[in-house]
Amino acid sequence: MYDVAIIGGGVIGSAIARELSKKKVNAVVIEREQDLCCGTTKANSAIIHGGYDAKPGSLKAKLNVEGNGMFDKLSEDLDFPFKRNGSLVVRTADQDRAVLDELYDQGIKNGVPDLKIIDRDEILKMEPNIADEVVDALYVPTGGIVCPFHLNYALAENAADNGVEFKLSTEVKNVKKAGEGYAIETNDGTIEAKTVVNAAGVYADEIHNMVSGKKIHIVARRGQYCLLDKTAGNHVSHTIFQLPSKMGKGVLVTPTVHGNLLVGPTAEDVDNKEGVNTTGDGLGSLGATAARSVKNVPMRSVITSFAGLRAHEDDGDFILGEAEDAPGFFDAAGIESPGLSSAPAIGVMIAGLVSDKLGLADDPDFNGKRKGILNPSNMSIEERNELIKKNPAYGQIICRCESISEGEILDAIHRTLGAKDLDGVKRRTRAGMGRCQAGFCSPRVMEILEREVPMSAFDVTKNGPDAKIVFGYNKQI
Amino acid sequence: MKNYDLVIVGGGPAGLAAAVAARDEGLQDILIIERDHELGGILNQCIHNGFGLHTFKEELTGPEYAQRFIDQVLERGIDYKLNTMVMDIAPDKTITAMNSTDGMFTIPAKAVVLAMGCRERSRGALNIPGYRPAGIFSAGTAQRLVNMEGYMPGRRVVILGSGDIGLIMARRMTLEGAEVLVVAELMPYSGGLKRNIVQCLDDFGIPLKLSHTVVDIEGKERVEGITIAEVGPDRKPIPGTEIHYDCDTLLLSCGLIPENELSSNSGVELSPITSGPIVNDSLETSIDGVFACGNVLHVHDLVDFVSQEATQAGKNAARYILQGKKESGRKLEILPVDGVRYTVPKYIRPDDMEDTVTVRFRVGDVYKNKAIATYFGDTQISKRKKQVMAPGEMEQVVITKKQLSEYPDISNITIKIEEA
Amino acid sequence: MEERHLTCIGCPMGCQITVKMEGGEVKEVTGNTCKRGDDYARKEVTNPTRIVTSTVRVTGGHLNMVSCKTKTDIPKGKIFDIAKALESVEVAAPVKIGDVVMANVCDTGVDVIATKNIRAV
Repeated sequence: MYDVAIIGGGVIGSAIARELSKKKVNAVVIEREQDLCCGTTKANSAIIHGGYDAKPGSLKAKLNVEGNGMFDKLSEDLDFPFKRNGSLVVRTADQDRAVLDELYDQGIKNGVPDLKIIDRDEILKMEPNIADEVVDALYVPTGGIVCPFHLNYALAENAADNGVEFKLSTEVKNVKKAGEGYAIETNDGTIEAKTVVNAAGVYADEIHNMVSGKKIHIVARRGQYCLLDKTAGNHVSHTIFQLPSKMGKGVLVTPTVHGNLLVGPTAEDVDNKEGVNTTGDGLGSLGATAARSVKNVPMRSVITSFAGLRAHEDDGDFILGEAEDAPGFFDAAGIESPGLSSAPAIGVMIAGLVSDKLGLADDPDFNGKRKGILNPSNMSIEERNELIKKNPAYGQIICRCESISEGEILDAIHRTLGAKDLDGVKRRTRAGMGRCQAGFCSPRVMEILEREVPMSAFDVTKNGPDAKIVFGYNKQI
Repeated sequence: MKNYDLVIVGGGPAGLAAAVAARDEGLQDILIIERDHELGGILNQCIHNGFGLHTFKEELTGPEYAQRFIDQVLERGIDYKLNTMVMDIAPDKTITAMNSTDGMFTIPAKAVVLAMGCRERSRGALNIPGYRPAGIFSAGTAQRLVNMEGYMPGRRVVILGSGDIGLIMARRMTLEGAEVLVVAELMPYSGGLKRNIVQCLDDFGIPLKLSHTVVDIEGKERVEGITIAEVGPDRKPIPGTEIHYDCDTLLLSCGLIPENELSSNSGVELSPITSGPIVNDSLETSIDGVFACGNVLHVHDLVDFVSQEATQAGKNAARYILQGKKESGRKLEILPVDGVRYTVPKYIRPDDMEDTVTVRFRVGDVYKNKAIATYFGDTQISKRKKQVMAPGEMEQVVITKKQLSEYPDISNITIKIEEA
Repeated sequence: MEERHLTCIGCPMGCQITVKMEGGEVKEVTGNTCKRGDDYARKEVTNPTRIVTSTVRVTGGHLNMVSCKTKTDIPKGKIFDIAKALESVEVAAPVKIGDVVMANVCDTGVDVIATKNIRAV
């Protein structure tokens, strides 16, 4: 019997697991996919919001501001890329100034530091490519950008290194009250735990409703994005939001922490919780919508497009805490934006509740530091040569677009909770994420996975066991 | 690290021919840097025949064609490094490269030949909507899997784009046991060579649907279906024309993009039309002593022309080093108009050019029974009738120094398509 | 008189050739720009042939596959038979360009030869 079973290995489940691993606890994370970071965490805006956006007094407001403040230390401790590039919420001439002022007031109430409303001249100094119609903006210096993949893996790896067990490829079929705790039925047997944490993303309502009579309902809200080449990465340096209007919430234009430019998202409620498909209309709308805040976005430089699903609960706020009618069952549900920003704070909050419930003691052996995969492109020639001398694999470039070496890929495969498929390697190292979109490197990464996992070439997949890449030898299919 | 006068970035057909020509011009210290584990570049995976008719007067397969040039490089004892990636080319022509045995090293080259080739336009760049499952490959990636690794990436295949690699792969996949259901092409004409449509599609009864594109990709793990639709003159899908195919694979053959990230970081000026460097008649880029040839300069239809062009680039790079740069400074711009999309070279130096310069270009549409006309200033110099011209095939005009010397006062040259 | 329209594949020009035939006999070839086009058209309407290129497995080499081709063209109708016949072929490295991979494939009298050098490793 585990002390706690966390359902979901996204950024929320992993943040909770990492916080819990500070305690003496027998914990397990249950993830349906064969890798972590496969749901909402892998496809979103990758923004650490300032916290002006949510209604004062809401969980979203509180945890966003708290979470935001935790990122500097967290990124240092766990070695993942994070940058406070600052955000601008821009207003065009046809929009009501009062709306911007309200946003400012709301931010102040929420405790967002250093907010400022700036005029066009000031904006232009910061962002020369701002649209001609923009008149002023709310400047949020604490806004940031992060790599959600690295954040998710960093939290999970650190949790695992501190003793949390991860059961991958394990899908929860049912959760039942059983004695003092819960019995979690999965495709791979039943897992018993004194407490359960529900961090199941768009499926968190289904998990919750298995044990609670107080039903919740989550709708999958799809957001489509276009990612642009690094040649466009300097088009803006801050994250540019649009002031919500009757035209909708607008889209953001932002540099990514890796130097690309991201445009999106759309917002459409979809019936299908697996519906991560993009649409012609959705992708087609992004360029025109982006133009309302940023001019000349080079949409010709798109290197890929994607869609993610946000878990929107009907009441609009996060659902966090012990279910009223199911003692020991803790929800981390309805985690849509600003979920990524709030993740560290949600981790602290839920882990705290679980810990109080179980009366957990601190683990004196907890080691909160984790080293990420090396990023040799930040090294000097001398450092790099030292590295290659020690491990020649760092001298062999596999992904030419992103300059990712075999050394980084080997690390991604062999480290804690390592990559098992092409997308797992991609999310951890960026191999295949560049402008050729894995055209050149995928056969080579396949070869490395085949050799290192080890596995048959025919079992190497893109993402998950069914995403086969090759079917057989020539003439034998 | 040994010092080299000339560094050739890329050991494919362009780099090999450039190296041979530079050595034959008398240059000793030449290094070819190749990122793959063997010389020959993408020809190694182009196992079909049809290469070399112009160069060797016989039809070779890609690997055979490559080997002829590899042999020439080996006979001349030209140095090369495999599995080596050029990380940076500085404006002063210092090359920074890396491999697992030498580590990261720099070479202060006196001249550089850019011969990095091109890449394929990806699904992402095409912005095709739908899911993102396994089973979507660029035609070249599929070609590598089948021809180099011996692995079949699909059973039931839809191909988008009728570029040559796509057509070649339609046949190849068919012969290896797959079923190719359709080739859809966005444009009202094919981007590939006629012979490939005949030999790779018609021979096997594979339909080619012009003015069609992919509007949806189904399947979360592996491709399960593809929907194509007809497009109107605006190239936007026409509702109601959708055709669905149950299939497990989508191959993309939708154009090639010169790989000029290194060039552009070094400050070489690029053409927005070709995505390759802007060069003069010696194939020199906007940076003195940096030359370009092959598909990194502009995407070619035939490797024979790559070899010809690279020979010029190699020779000129050697002369640049051996003789220094002497230029009168006079240069004429070639204006591509009326259906001519671009020209390579873009500039001709009438006093410094060789006796003849081959100007290569592509047309922007299909033209039947039209003519290619060349004007020096306002004077028509030549006019050549062509039965058919298509964007998929390169055209050329040869300009001689002698001709030009008769027009000392012109300020530009125009090449255009006009009535025959 | 029967008319057949062909696209010449003799070279990248892709000439549009018209062949006029009567009773299985070629009466006239037009549209070609060179002798090869004329030859191709006559052959294509009477006895079409193709070069087949493929790969076979290789053991002990620096690569797992070696590319190959029929040394000369073979009847078009035999393309699939030849592709199939190569399925079971396996050669041992080293392989040199021109080495016979399979002699007299499908009784065509034509050998399949290697088109790439494979080093033994």
